[in-house]
Amino acid sequence: MNWPILSVVTFLPLLGALLVALLVRGNERLARGTARWIALWATLVTFAISLVMVWRFDASSAEFQFAEKYNWLGIASYHMGVDGISLPFVILTTALMPICILASWTAIQTRVKEYMIAFLVLETLMVGTFSALDLVLFYLFFEGGLIPMFLIIGIWGGARRVYASFKFFLYTLLGSVLMLLAIMAMYWDAGTTDIVALLRHGFPIGLQKWAWFAFFASFAVKMPMWPVHTWLPDAHVEAPTAGSVILAAILLKMGGYGFLRFSLPMFPAASHEFAPLIFTLSVVAIIYTSLVALMQEDVKKLIAYSSVAHMGFVTMGIFAATAQGVAGGIFQMISHGIVSGALFLCVGVVYDRMHTREINAYGGLVNRMPLYAFVFMVFTLANVGLPGTSGFIGEFLSLIGTFRINIPVATLATLGVILSAAYALWLYRKMIFGDLKPSLEGIRDIGWRETVIFAPLVVLTILFGVVPKPVLDMSAASVSQLLENYNHAIAAAKAAETNRELAQIERERAATR
Amino acid sequence: MNQLSTLHDLMPLLPELTLACGAMLMLMFGAFIGERSAAMVNGWCVVVLVLAGVTLVWLPPGPHVMFGGSFLVDDYARFLKVLTLVGSGGALLLSLDYLTIEKQQKFEYGALFLLATLGMLMLISASDLIALYLGLELMSLPLYVIAASNRENLKSTEAGLKYFVLGALSSGMLLYGASLIYGFTGTVNFAGIAKATQNGAGVGLIFGLVFLFVGFCFKISAVPFHMWTPDVYEGAPTPVTAFFAAAPKVAGIAIFARATVVAFPGITHEWQQIVVFVSIASMALGSFAAIGQRNIKRLMAYSSIGHMGYALVGLAAGTAEGVQGVLIYMSIYVAMTLGTFAVILSMRRDGGLVETISDLAGLSRTHPTMAFFLAVLLFSLAGIPPLAGFFAKFYVFLAAIKAGLFTLAVIGVLTSVVGAYYYLAIVKIMYFDEPVRSFERMPMLLRLVLGVSGLANILFFAYPAPLLGAATVAAKSLF
Repeated sequence: MNWPILSVVTFLPLLGALLVALLVRGNERLARGTARWIALWATLVTFAISLVMVWRFDASSAEFQFAEKYNWLGIASYHMGVDGISLPFVILTTALMPICILASWTAIQTRVKEYMIAFLVLETLMVGTFSALDLVLFYLFFEGGLIPMFLIIGIWGGARRVYASFKFFLYTLLGSVLMLLAIMAMYWDAGTTDIVALLRHGFPIGLQKWAWFAFFASFAVKMPMWPVHTWLPDAHVEAPTAGSVILAAILLKMGGYGFLRFSLPMFPAASHEFAPLIFTLSVVAIIYTSLVALMQEDVKKLIAYSSVAHMGFVTMGIFAATAQGVAGGIFQMISHGIVSGALFLCVGVVYDRMHTREINAYGGLVNRMPLYAFVFMVFTLANVGLPGTSGFIGEFLSLIGTFRINIPVATLATLGVILSAAYALWLYRKMIFGDLKPSLEGIRDIGWRETVIFAPLVVLTILFGVVPKPVLDMSAASVSQLLENYNHAIAAAKAAETNRELAQIERERAATR
Repeated sequence: MNQLSTLHDLMPLLPELTLACGAMLMLMFGAFIGERSAAMVNGWCVVVLVLAGVTLVWLPPGPHVMFGGSFLVDDYARFLKVLTLVGSGGALLLSLDYLTIEKQQKFEYGALFLLATLGMLMLISASDLIALYLGLELMSLPLYVIAASNRENLKSTEAGLKYFVLGALSSGMLLYGASLIYGFTGTVNFAGIAKATQNGAGVGLIFGLVFLFVGFCFKISAVPFHMWTPDVYEGAPTPVTAFFAAAPKVAGIAIFARATVVAFPGITHEWQQIVVFVSIASMALGSFAAIGQRNIKRLMAYSSIGHMGYALVGLAAGTAEGVQGVLIYMSIYVAMTLGTFAVILSMRRDGGLVETISDLAGLSRTHPTMAFFLAVLLFSLAGIPPLAGFFAKFYVFLAAIKAGLFTLAVIGVLTSVVGAYYYLAIVKIMYFDEPVRSFERMPMLLRLVLGVSGLANILFFAYPAPLLGAATVAAKSLF
């Protein structure tokens, strides 16, 4: 118990990156192989250690566990730890990384060494984001992730990669710098940037509102919420397959995680007040982007828009601030991480073979790729939210949670589920069924490597759909404590409001007398 | 006995004396042996700078007041002097190979570096207006000469002349401001001025203050007195540009902060407005005007204008945290600038330097290590964590938020996003574009400077305590 397991999980990939940078030399073919193997082993070992963390994790406690704290900047400290809200995301990250490395095994042939370094560095930054317990440290990891992702999109991306990478970088940076200022204002108010201490600190209502908006600017872009989602389709389309997977599965979740970790518990009064705003934006996102998805001709773009719609359920559930809503939001994020990641991998499979992402270029794939058709079906149905898949649980819980708070919003959001069925099934029919396109005559079904990639994802999608308990249990204690504090703070704010009104009436009375 | 005690009294002046004697010695050496000694003399000048740094660190602790209160060696001065010496030394190291390759070795070059640095150290320690002016001129005159040191080159001579004319004008304004301040307060000493202005100041004194600020802003190339910067940066020989970008800025900011904080604490509100305006204007111009640049030296000129704007954000706060932020900012700025110029000096093809940004195309393929370090420096200049440049911005904005300067802070971070665009554009050229022909081999010294500054920028986050601690102590000595 004495070794700093969380730091090891965080920095092991970085060590891997260093190894790749220093060890990989010599002729090109050999270097490529070595770089791939080192990266794969580094991510696998990281995943194994993160599983040890799950095993040792005490789900009944809402406290931060595996905590480490060292002096660092003076005002900020190196404070790491996970609770039931952050641990699922850490595991999601470490679990998807080996899959991403495997998915890039043959697809990436140029500058393999740099590619692997970028991915390993990115993993360190992502795990750090989810486990940082100090705002400055969090910001460091959160923003640092932009650099490797910028390079991944820009170097190994598609035709419009430069535009997409700049848009991704500048959009996200613009949102985040405002959050940085809010962090500073919080520091001067509370005297610390330690998240554990800040969770107990009550901020004055004026600061809460401003800081809420500053954090909102950052997380809404990252999430992304309508109308600041436009960077996402570009980034997704241009990124290499593994880059899209990481974007959809993990980077987007940082936004939702941020709402859960900061906005809701630290600015409860502001969250309560602005919840209708979030609901509106979420519903617009769910319906509008689903409609946009219906019109897409590019497979990746379609999935990207569907991601925006699904993230709408997450924000809606989180800001409903009910036990079901928040749990649903978390579950939806994990499930979406698996499902959308897998969908992008599915696109990657056919893209590697045909080098086109146009929906019209495909058709009748089931004739040549039966196994692929099955895998794609599982994820399509999970994306639709069919009962028995993990997608259902998340959407269902967040809808129930919202229903208790706001019926019209929940009703409208349910419409989005129908729309998602429309575009996902339409996509599936166009690509998999129908007559086989002549150009697809020679296409091969998925091979061993690809089967190894998809098998765990298929299993998890169905397993979590039938037995969602492990994930829900892991976060239950933390969620209930979060909501307890939240309701307490709201009640206190309301009481203060009533008192102020009473005092006002008293004063008026005294004046008239 | 008496003589000995006089010598002892001069102890705190040891770094300055080292530089002065070193410069004389090097000049004599060069004059007697002739041009062929030039390479050696310039090399020895680095040693003199290092020696001055060592004596500085070895000085007995505690503030030393000298020459009737006009020269002050406190922690603040010491911190900034070390930084200035690092800047000068780094720039001189960058010069050595360049001078040899370009056949520009002149022994006056190193000596002028030493004299300019001496001026900077005097400026940093100045605690009255006379000493300030002396230091400023001692710094500026050698700089004018060095800017024009490539006599055969039209651009270089133009740069020197332009710098001289505008510099002389700004010195005149500064002197005029100083005389107004003296006229209205009856003293040139900073502490005396502080006493005279503790209950506010009249219009005359504010006039004087404005003129004084004009002089400072010119030296640190803050908007609206930045016009000379792009031309001088482009025209001057590249290592000289590196020198201009690093050392004089440190000295300029140092005296700017000292003069405002120590001499005018009573009218903080008045000068704060000016600093806020200058800061916003510099940040905005620095980031927007840099976007269109094709020449990398001009780009660095606009970038440095922007960076001075960020450093001034800390000064605008007018608090100990703010000054600490300024010190941290300048330290990291010097590290980033020297590293970037090490790369610019290695952009050498067919025996000559190339200066357009597009020449860097595909650098990540032809020179992966150089490209990696330059990318690190550029991200750091843009202020992206976890690189050092982020912490630089973090501390100045932290101070601004505490001082309630929200508008300044918001505009500042927004311009930093605009600024990120042009740094990214260079990264894009290096990493996304197809390679053009590769550069010549990078000289060892440049590799050293680039490596040190690149690693310092990457690893700063892992062990920030020494710099932060030193900056805190240094900032406290002003308050």
